[in-house]
Amino acid sequence: MIEFVRPHIDWHAFAPELIVLFWGALVTIVDLVFLERARRIMGPLTGIGFLLAMIPVLTLWDQADDLPRVLFDGAYVVDNYALLLKGLFLISGYVIVLLSSNYMAEGDYYDSEFYQLIGASILGMLVMTSARDLISIFIALELLSIPAYLMAAWRKRDLKSNEAGLKYMLMGVFASGILLYGMSLLYGAAADTRLSEIGAALADGESTPLVTLGVLFTIIGFAFKVSAVPFHTWAPDTYEGAPTPLTAFLAVASKTAGFVALLNVVLFAFGDQSDLVEPFMWILAAATMTVGNLVALRQTNIVRMLAYSGIGQAGYMLAPLAVYGNRPAQAQQAVVIYLLIYAAMNLGAFAVVIIAARKTRSGEIESFGGMLRYAPGITLAMTIFLFSLSGVPPMGGFWAKFWVFKVLTDGWELWGTLLALVVAVNSVVAAFYYLNVAKQMWFLPTRDGDESPLVIPPALVAAVAITVAVTLITGVTGLVPDWADFPALAAAP
Amino acid sequence: MESFLDTWGITAMVFAPLVGVLAMMFVPEKEEELHKTIALVATVVSAIVGILLLANFDYGNSGVLQFVVDRSWIDVISARYSLGVDGISLPLVALTLLVVPLVIVYSWHHIPEPGNAKAFLMLTLVLHTGMLGTFVAQDLVLFFVFFEVVLLPMYFMIGVWGGEQRLYAAIKFFLYTLFGSAFMLVSFLALYWLTGSQTFDMVELAQRVQSEGLTTTEQVLLFGGMFLGFGIKVPMFPFHTWLPDAHTQAPTQGSVILAAVMLKLGTYGFVRIALPILPQGAQQWAPWIGLLAVIGIIYGALGCLAQTDMKRLIAFSSVAHMGYVMLGIATLTDFGINAAIFGMVAHGLITGMLFFVAGSVKERYHTLEIKRLGGLLIQAPRMGWILGITTMASLGLPGLAGFWGEFPVILASWQPSAGLNTTLFRVYMVVAAVGTVLAAGYLLWLLQRTAFGNPTEEFADDPHIHDTVFTEWVAWVPMLILIVVLGFVPSLIFDVTNEPVSLVGDVFEALGN
Repeated sequence: MIEFVRPHIDWHAFAPELIVLFWGALVTIVDLVFLERARRIMGPLTGIGFLLAMIPVLTLWDQADDLPRVLFDGAYVVDNYALLLKGLFLISGYVIVLLSSNYMAEGDYYDSEFYQLIGASILGMLVMTSARDLISIFIALELLSIPAYLMAAWRKRDLKSNEAGLKYMLMGVFASGILLYGMSLLYGAAADTRLSEIGAALADGESTPLVTLGVLFTIIGFAFKVSAVPFHTWAPDTYEGAPTPLTAFLAVASKTAGFVALLNVVLFAFGDQSDLVEPFMWILAAATMTVGNLVALRQTNIVRMLAYSGIGQAGYMLAPLAVYGNRPAQAQQAVVIYLLIYAAMNLGAFAVVIIAARKTRSGEIESFGGMLRYAPGITLAMTIFLFSLSGVPPMGGFWAKFWVFKVLTDGWELWGTLLALVVAVNSVVAAFYYLNVAKQMWFLPTRDGDESPLVIPPALVAAVAITVAVTLITGVTGLVPDWADFPALAAAP
Repeated sequence: MESFLDTWGITAMVFAPLVGVLAMMFVPEKEEELHKTIALVATVVSAIVGILLLANFDYGNSGVLQFVVDRSWIDVISARYSLGVDGISLPLVALTLLVVPLVIVYSWHHIPEPGNAKAFLMLTLVLHTGMLGTFVAQDLVLFFVFFEVVLLPMYFMIGVWGGEQRLYAAIKFFLYTLFGSAFMLVSFLALYWLTGSQTFDMVELAQRVQSEGLTTTEQVLLFGGMFLGFGIKVPMFPFHTWLPDAHTQAPTQGSVILAAVMLKLGTYGFVRIALPILPQGAQQWAPWIGLLAVIGIIYGALGCLAQTDMKRLIAFSSVAHMGYVMLGIATLTDFGINAAIFGMVAHGLITGMLFFVAGSVKERYHTLEIKRLGGLLIQAPRMGWILGITTMASLGLPGLAGFWGEFPVILASWQPSAGLNTTLFRVYMVVAAVGTVLAAGYLLWLLQRTAFGNPTEEFADDPHIHDTVFTEWVAWVPMLILIVVLGFVPSLIFDVTNEPVSLVGDVFEALGN
């Protein structure tokens, strides 16, 4: 009989996840004990938990010399790449809570449970950033997805919300199936679940159809999660039907988690499979951005438009992976920078949509008409987000695109440069529908003639302030790249 | 004082308007007078710093960048906060510093519908910073950021304060320009990688392109990307179609800034970036640029003859005039490029003036339809004379500024740079010369129909029609004086530009031999 030896655990490195876990338990207990009386504090309480978890993230970041901290024989790694993304998820989670608080209370939905599920999902994302092992990746993926299936159907008396939840779950489960199948093939080829070992095994072994299938299926599994074309069909319906704060959560946090998983697998396990992965990613990226942007042109509902715009943006984020073979570190850097800035500008845009819907009770783009006259501050904020999404300096979105362009043109390779041109043309197409919203807000009159000033709850003001600040500061100073320098891959061959 | 100018001068000049924007944010919208004052003070402060810089500029060394600021900005990509002025940028900086305060003075009584002086002036100030920054940036990334910053305020200016077709014009302007810049950015980045120099510094890149020996094919491709970016901004035929719409729909102030300064961002980009960095590429492209330029000259002129709207006519004349500027640049000679820079300044002053007058006419008559106008010299004689002088300047009458932008360009086409086909450029020369005749035709026709004769019945007894008012005088007199002074003393500009331009010209001379 084998004696069980507890593996060494670096508690400090594991602290962010533990805090979120225990805080989630605390929130549940508070809910059980105080029932209805605690309803009002559930949101703030959850938010505080996310901020508390930021403390170990910052202290770990501060001890940069000790990084990377490797746990569980290399299955779990805390390096500055993981920490940066953990910070991103925690702050996004905090903003999502800010967005939800009024929506949940005023809509008379169950809210305590909603926050607990958000916490669970964020926990899954935190795990995902450090997961360097097929099993932990899969567990993280399910931990972050299953609460989201529930939350998508949260407005349970609304047919559309039920459709959203059901569609999302069916597609998600289907994707998980494909992913698991791919993973099992990889395990079969490498006889190990750790990404680094798989990478080594695939590099040594010859390429068999089985390996090819394993690699492609794994990527396709995540392609569902990041809503890449042609695996995007769930996104618009789910986004439209789900409660709007949850839509923001899906469009930003959940999509980012999908990208993190994709990055981990592609960079750490498929580093030597670039001949196979690059062309696949090229097609995936080009199709995703082109289809997303073209379909977004025709949308009249703001949430659906943002859904398709998010698909377009996912295409830009996939683009660096089409040339990662010779420069994995730069590709990783470009994607992470894009994820950071995308989170700020897209969350901000959703915050404005939620604010606008409080007055107009509508999701139509036309309902934004004349907002300059009754909410100039919000109009300015939305304008900043829209231009940032279009990629115009001096907004953050420009630098996001800049880094994508930079990695694509590196080396003046034909396919990379061609993809850069595809991105360029797509940016112009996308600018048209982003500016269409700006046009409504600035140039056209209000639809119902009601121009009484808008009253905005403080939580939503805070959410907009945080996202505007990030979008503008990254835009004007170009600061992000200084943090997003990841030596781990740069040193690897 | 001088040490301040050396270290902070340019930065203060570029960002003074933004400080004004910050101040205006905290003033409520009702305080219109205060907003106008702040905006004027911000631009005047910027202009005073600019004048001090001009006064301390070493004119003996105008080929050398002066008041250089070079600080680290984004280290990872070695993009630097690098600014400087030399003889090529100096005239354009001066033009910008002059025009924008005048536009704000003009706005004192002419905030276009639907009002909101606060937003309007804030956008004007942001534009100001963007344009100044573009002319002094010495780093490609910084240049690109400033170049794009200009888009946003102009988009809103056209869209909110524009005419009936403003929505269409605004989005068209935005998308066209964005399309060009996206390709330009790809070119910039490819340049960064190809030279292997890990720098975006314009001067250093120019040296690296030669020492690394970029092939002609590569240079032609990269030049193509830049051509899209700059050429759309100029705008060159066949990318000019956004211009008549934008000009016609923009409020007067927007049209003036567009014509006077913004179009020059494109031509400046050619002279400052595309030509020096990619000389072999430029040489391959030059015949085609020349061709598009002369097509623009003739097409613009014919377009003018077909217009029924005064503002649209002036807009098409811009296409023709920018054609001369681009033809000058395409000759790749000292002579041609000097003339092109002069043409930029002259066109800025003259066409800016024309749009000012058109705006004032619109304000009085509420229409710009040429056939409904007439007899301006009777109803508003001073304004009629101002229109007269300006159209004369625009058609290139010797003794006024417009002449020195056109005539030397035509001369320069006689003998283009050594590597270019002389016969071809002589054909262009003839076509461009025909263009001047057409220009005289449409401009005189415009003057005749609007200023001469008797007022039409419709407006004969309209009490709203009055002569030039005080703010108009303040805004217009400096420009008119400069149009005359530059006409008589063109060396004011040629002396400044000649040295830096000859450095560019030398490169092509060496290439040709």
